[in-house]
Amino acid sequence: MEKTYEELLCEVIALLAPLAPEGRTVGEETDFVADLEFDSLKVMGFVEKVEDRFDISVPLNLLPDIRTVRDFVVNLQRLLGER
Amino acid sequence: MAIFDKFRPLARMRREMAESGIASIHVVMDRVVSATEAFINGRPVILAGTNNYLGLTFDPACIEAACEAVRTLGTGTTGSRVANGSYAAHEQLERDLAAFFGKRGVIVFSTGYVANLGMLSTLAGPGDAFVIDADCHASIYDGVRLSGAEIFRFRHNDPEDLDKRLRRLGGRAENAIVVVEGIYSMWGDRAPLAEIAAVKRRHPGALLVVDEAHSLGVLGERGRGRAEEAGVEAEVDFVIGTFSKSLGAIGGYCASDHPELDLIRYANRPYIFTASPSPAIIASTRAALRILASRPELRERLWENSRRLYGRLERLGFRLGPEPSPIIAVRFAAREEAHAAWMRLMEHGVYVNLVLPPATPDGGSLLRCSVSAGHSPEQIERIGDAFETLAA
Repeated sequence: MEKTYEELLCEVIALLAPLAPEGRTVGEETDFVADLEFDSLKVMGFVEKVEDRFDISVPLNLLPDIRTVRDFVVNLQRLLGER
Repeated sequence: MAIFDKFRPLARMRREMAESGIASIHVVMDRVVSATEAFINGRPVILAGTNNYLGLTFDPACIEAACEAVRTLGTGTTGSRVANGSYAAHEQLERDLAAFFGKRGVIVFSTGYVANLGMLSTLAGPGDAFVIDADCHASIYDGVRLSGAEIFRFRHNDPEDLDKRLRRLGGRAENAIVVVEGIYSMWGDRAPLAEIAAVKRRHPGALLVVDEAHSLGVLGERGRGRAEEAGVEAEVDFVIGTFSKSLGAIGGYCASDHPELDLIRYANRPYIFTASPSPAIIASTRAALRILASRPELRERLWENSRRLYGRLERLGFRLGPEPSPIIAVRFAAREEAHAAWMRLMEHGVYVNLVLPPATPDGGSLLRCSVSAGHSPEQIERIGDAFETLAA
């Protein structure tokens, strides 16, 4: 059964939380670069965790348009739907 | 000024580097004496960071061929081959390379970067998919991006992960192009190409591109690269490489058995709109290719030097890349530590490459040595001695 946006959001936040700088909480509006200080290496590390968790491949082409956790989850939901 | 805002993080990084003294890595070679020696800041240094694997930059036959070409054909071609016409030598070099690789056709490019940019951006388009090794060179990333195809990374040197990615593509795997390198430029490790070719076979229609930039003249019985060494040349659809490393000049090539290669030439914008290689470059490259093919002892000497230096650095306790190779990466945890080590080596007359994040695959810092067949046993000793002063 397909997961809802809210369910995916919770799972993504759970994967992301350990990668956030100490004391930073992660929510829907969290910005990967501005709030979490992610560089390309950290982004790719996070993407690999998501890919393993959901057994999908995230195309690199999507990444430049993703700024916030919400952007990511919206794209993730679409990728899972296309599978 | 909003256009310039995006350079702020870069400005900050450069400022931090300057504050910690790292700005001093701006290297200018005042004079180059041989394939392995130069003067930097007025002082003689042994060059151990040049990619000059066979040491051919000062080979008398290559120099003479280049001089003769300048005298008879001039200094430059002043235009692209499609617009202004080819010189006979361009086509001769393409035939030489095709014969050397045992492939049906070859396209020569003006740089290795343009070879990857041109081939990858032209081979695939929207709707197709690239699956590339995560540690691929920037020219591969740029080429696949320019194509408009979807881009997927697989974990470095992990054929199982590649297989998984191709499987996830489902029916689209038959429109997929896998891109790997023979030897990776940062850690000096080789691709598990036999295993990668086996994965490719499990996904009919998928194509395999191998960038042999660091492995041409370095690996294989005849020096044709990693695909030859791994015994899978027939499985490689496109071999891409450069003249700027083992061949001691500048330029790039793509060799293939696919008859469509000729069509790709005329659809290849980076090829069509770049001035063609100058006569001197073509002439010295042809001479260097003859030497590469006829003097396997250069390859043997390169490996002897590489194994000797790798072994010495390993015994000194440095953290190195995973296997002996002409690229020897010495890892450091902190940027400042790597920089201090680099400065120390320069003081001891040894030049290597300082590679700092984000250019490194894992965010660490490293000193990247490249070994040459042109290094004498004494020079290899002196490079090792300089590193020993760091270990002490």
